[in-house]
Amino acid sequence: MTVDTELTTRFLERAEAARLVDVAMATMDSPIGTLLLLATPRGIVRISFESENRDEVLGEIAMRVSPRILEAPRRLDPARRELDRYFTGKLRVFDLPIDWTLIGPFARRVLRRTARIPYGGVASYGDVAYDIGTPRGARAVGNALGSNPIPVVVPCHRVVRTGGAIGGYGGGLPRKRWLLDLESGGMPPATSPVAARSD
Amino acid sequence: MTTVQTTPLPPFQRVFDEHAGAVLHFLTAVVGVSEAEDCFQETMLSALRAYPRLIDASNLRGWLFTIARRKAIDARRALARRPTPVADPDPGAALDPQGESDDALWDRVRDLPAKQREAVVLRFAADRSYEEIAAAMSTTQDSARQSVHQGLKKLRRELR
Repeated sequence: MTVDTELTTRFLERAEAARLVDVAMATMDSPIGTLLLLATPRGIVRISFESENRDEVLGEIAMRVSPRILEAPRRLDPARRELDRYFTGKLRVFDLPIDWTLIGPFARRVLRRTARIPYGGVASYGDVAYDIGTPRGARAVGNALGSNPIPVVVPCHRVVRTGGAIGGYGGGLPRKRWLLDLESGGMPPATSPVAARSD
Repeated sequence: MTTVQTTPLPPFQRVFDEHAGAVLHFLTAVVGVSEAEDCFQETMLSALRAYPRLIDASNLRGWLFTIARRKAIDARRALARRPTPVADPDPGAALDPQGESDDALWDRVRDLPAKQREAVVLRFAADRSYEEIAAAMSTTQDSARQSVHQGLKKLRRELR
């Protein structure tokens, strides 16, 4: 027996009114695959690629933020709108509130510095390490970027290796390359970084 | 906030998706269609409110049913305090052993003593095991089995 949508909608409305939705969840299609978006009342707390295990992602949020996670797509409308425009080359600077809860103090310094790299630009791991006052911490910077919980919006893809190699990426290198190509041309690249699936 | 959670709780959305149907079914059977929706909302909101403090996630359905059962009792008490606007239809009128409709059968389930009613509903409407029924009703499996048995015996007698 399933519950009709009206009943589900009313439950969500009442849960929202009682401020019991600690984490709102929604998914969206994008040129780099389906994205899972999670937001607290403070802002976006997590964006995950379909290459990540969804149960693990949600388990971590349940443990570290709150298990009161409900599908509340409307609360993520602004984020989805901005991301849609970004992916088609129409938006260069995100204007979305961010919840930094999942990000530790060092990673926070790294990611805040990363967020200042302009659209279309890149910095090296060493540059970022130098700028945050740990000139020899390029590797630690790489680790902090690799565990960025809010990729794309916090543009960790703009940090590359000195000498032209693009370095690593939590969502896989094809996605990083696609994002860098999008930003360097101001247009979505013709090829998709997501392998065609049969399902 | 400190928790002693060893395995993370599933997102509440999943708890809702997996068990809401059974909870609604149970409530419809115990309090009737007109009260079931309110009871359902109250149950789910209470569950959502308490969810982060839940320590044992091994029997989420049993936990939800425990809450639903309390809400059903509250609703029946509230109902009993309200004057009945129309008289109940003659209970004999709908009785037709050959063609007894599901609704009429559930009416009869509703008239069972509380323990038997809950046990019967959990067993047949919500398709629960005796272990789960015992957990939801905070009783033993033997006693749950007995309540189901007695409830069925009574129903069969009435429907004959």
